[in-house]
Amino acid sequence: MNSIEKVISVKNLTKKFGSFTAVDHITFDVMKGEIFGFLGANGAGKTTAMRMLCGLSYPTSGEGSVAGCDITSQAETIKRRIGYMSQKFSLYGDLTVMENIRLFSTIYGMSDKDIKTVSARLFKELEMEEMKNALVRDIPVGWKQKLAFATATIHNPQVVFLDEPTGGVDPVTRRRFWELIYKAAADGMTVFVTTHYLDEAEYCNRVSIMVDGKISALDNPAALKKKYNVSTMDEVFRIVAKNAQRGE
Amino acid sequence: MNRVVDIANLSHRYGSVVALDKVSFNVERGELFGIIGPDGSGKSTLYRILATLLVPDSGHASINGLDTVRDYKKLRTHIGYMPERFSLYEDLTVSENLNFFASLFGVSVQDNYDIIAPVFGQLERFPNRRAGALSGGMKQKLALSCALIHRPDILLLDEPTTGVDAVSRSEFWDMLSRLREHDITILVSTSYMDEATRCDRIAMIDRGHILDIDTPANLVSKLDENLYNASATDMFGLLNRLRELPGVIDCYTFGATLHLVTRAYFDIQKTVTRLTESGLEDVRISRAKGNIEDLFIKLTRDEQH
Amino acid sequence: MYRQWTRFFVLSLKMLNGENEMNGFGSVIKKEALYIMRDRRTMVITLVMPLILLLLFGFAISTEVNNIRLVAVVDRHCDATRDLLERFAVNDYFSYLGEVNQVDVEPLLRSGKIDAALFLKTDDGKIIPQIVADGSNTTSARAVTGYIMGVIGEPSASQPVLTYTLYNPQMKSSYNFVPGIMGMIFILICAIMTSVSIVREKESGTMDLLLVSPTRPGTIILGKLIPYFVLSCAILAIMLLLAYTVLGLPLSGSIFNVVALSLIYIVLALSIGLLVSTIVDSQLTALIVSAVIFMVPVIMLSGMIFPIDNMPGVLQAVSCIIPARWYIEAMRKLMIQQLDMAYVIKEGSILLLMTMVLLFISITKFRSSR
Repeated sequence: MNSIEKVISVKNLTKKFGSFTAVDHITFDVMKGEIFGFLGANGAGKTTAMRMLCGLSYPTSGEGSVAGCDITSQAETIKRRIGYMSQKFSLYGDLTVMENIRLFSTIYGMSDKDIKTVSARLFKELEMEEMKNALVRDIPVGWKQKLAFATATIHNPQVVFLDEPTGGVDPVTRRRFWELIYKAAADGMTVFVTTHYLDEAEYCNRVSIMVDGKISALDNPAALKKKYNVSTMDEVFRIVAKNAQRGE
Repeated sequence: MNRVVDIANLSHRYGSVVALDKVSFNVERGELFGIIGPDGSGKSTLYRILATLLVPDSGHASINGLDTVRDYKKLRTHIGYMPERFSLYEDLTVSENLNFFASLFGVSVQDNYDIIAPVFGQLERFPNRRAGALSGGMKQKLALSCALIHRPDILLLDEPTTGVDAVSRSEFWDMLSRLREHDITILVSTSYMDEATRCDRIAMIDRGHILDIDTPANLVSKLDENLYNASATDMFGLLNRLRELPGVIDCYTFGATLHLVTRAYFDIQKTVTRLTESGLEDVRISRAKGNIEDLFIKLTRDEQH
Repeated sequence: MYRQWTRFFVLSLKMLNGENEMNGFGSVIKKEALYIMRDRRTMVITLVMPLILLLLFGFAISTEVNNIRLVAVVDRHCDATRDLLERFAVNDYFSYLGEVNQVDVEPLLRSGKIDAALFLKTDDGKIIPQIVADGSNTTSARAVTGYIMGVIGEPSASQPVLTYTLYNPQMKSSYNFVPGIMGMIFILICAIMTSVSIVREKESGTMDLLLVSPTRPGTIILGKLIPYFVLSCAILAIMLLLAYTVLGLPLSGSIFNVVALSLIYIVLALSIGLLVSTIVDSQLTALIVSAVIFMVPVIMLSGMIFPIDNMPGVLQAVSCIIPARWYIEAMRKLMIQQLDMAYVIKEGSILLLMTMVLLFISITKFRSSR
């Protein structure tokens, strides 16, 4: 037994669509409390891989487990143990802050009593008490993001998947958001995040870069920069992804 | 007259939401001008006004001396507009899209091929692929080709790099630099601050008004604050501790390190000692050189006070 | 608008002569046609749906009542009762199931095993018939009692009532539905498909690109509408072919009038689609608005299913502003009554007027949407 708990463990995970191999034998582990950056060029297979990890799509071959569940045989159990947030769709804009929280907690089967205590805690933590009856579409983007993250983790999942959570957001808000991620990770939650901002890759404990369905690089940012003898993750990414055949 | 774009006191609101608040600036011929700001800062509204699709509430804008409201018909042949999403006909093939946009402007693809060649080159291999089946980077190049095909004097590119990976983004900026050889003025907006350095001049925009306009280098030199890099093994712990220190104005994550904005009396050595004593390991603080992102953070912070 | 049409005319002439290279107008048409053809599924549905609807309404769904299951309760048999029951037994519309006891009638009706029961009571040597029918479907109950009364009444009536059904002597319902379905299909295809296709361009942002080009807004819209017009004409041809062959609608000179009025109606439906597209911003809303605001009244109030004369006054008034009402009325006169154009002048002019008003409003609105 390892002393560090593996929350995500994937071995030779492969997904084919007809003759096209979207994800090609990827193997990696993510530890408890780790912030794992999942990078890749457009069309490299990131989304497909992430869908398999979330139990939304079955692998063609290979195996994997997420939060202690097998991704093929226990896909439904996985969904209860993970959180998911994407920039595009996470909250209902025409519902109020409170209604969104209530909705997501009900989805995860929480009792009325639990919902009360959880939402009280969230309002306090997020400092959103005075806007709990505001429609989500009317609140500033920074708050929206905080709220989206809070609802994605409302059931205290072991791992949270963040799909480009900071796209188009101003630098100040982006940083606040990363602080939330830090805090969650410090509390023992595992964070699996994709991003197009390569400076954000530096915030991750470890980073993997997918190219043409395979994982071409996987290490902590400092080691990667050292390996390619450059000073930023942006340069690392460009060197690794430069030879991508796909993306046409 | 070398002024291509002339914007004066442009204001626009949607209901009670102010999208643009007295925006004024000029762009010179042949400039690569960046409009940098987050989502919802008013960039797209500005573009829609310049593209003659929206009539502003007040103020005016002109391109090549043609007013965007009064002379919109004449103006339309002068501009190449690429909206926020890569607006293409996804069910049409690459070449059908290109031919369609060429014919809208009454030009032929052959006559103007030289201008799109550097952009379209990579797409030549699959003229019969449907636009919807292209990757983000390729869609972006096709959309740019379609916006360029009628040889516009000025290109209006609204967030052309959003959702595109870093490699394609960097290629895209190389292409824009090459386009300037054709004497095309380019107005490009982005929410990626790191792209600012690729522009000749930039306007930083937030919540409908311009924070500052200058060359990227001049803008960065305006960062007169005491700026430091800070790092430790426990970065999150370091961040929280630093924020509590009296001489610290602001502290935020910045790539591999934290950026620390301090008052003049801040002392590196004393701080390092103090932090190490409080239990943090491997504490390092050194002077840092700011960039556009630091400036944006500073300007938005100043606004709030 | 006049300028647009002359421009359209000149452009089409140019295109016919092949003298102009691709221009904005031609290429918008070509692009839209490509788009319709690329979306195979939608195209097949739009071409096959009218066929299926016509055949379904023509053959499968019939308002005639056949095979009425009937029992009789007779308290005293005599020649007259035997004669009467014999007539039911040989009648094609009935399946006479025999005599039962009075107490069994209700359970049989309730369990749906019979449609009606005929009570024959003899009083002073006179037979007094009573009909008990299953009224859960009022239409068929009415038809059933009518049929039974018809069979009973035949010989005894001293003055037989002669009924003639004009225009559709065999009372075939197979082509009665043709005008109604045509009225519905064109709204469905023209209004919904055009509004969705225009709004799709708004959603994807390509409409902005069309608008910033020197091609005029009116030209763009005409270019977008023409492929749908052609598609509708193809559907019209299919439906008429089917109606005149398979459904046996008698062919006559009025077919030219049918086509002429249908073309007006198609243009009208196209302008409805355009109008919807200028008001709404998402494909889904376009679909719902077209379906709810335009389809439901067409089905409920146009006289396609429920006769307008039986509606309350308010609804009759409302039905006057529904284009389909006038179209269907005119089509009934032209196709089923085989009347000539003189009889549909009122309907025709109303349709023409509606078309012009709608076209004017929608084009003006589209242009001013900047």
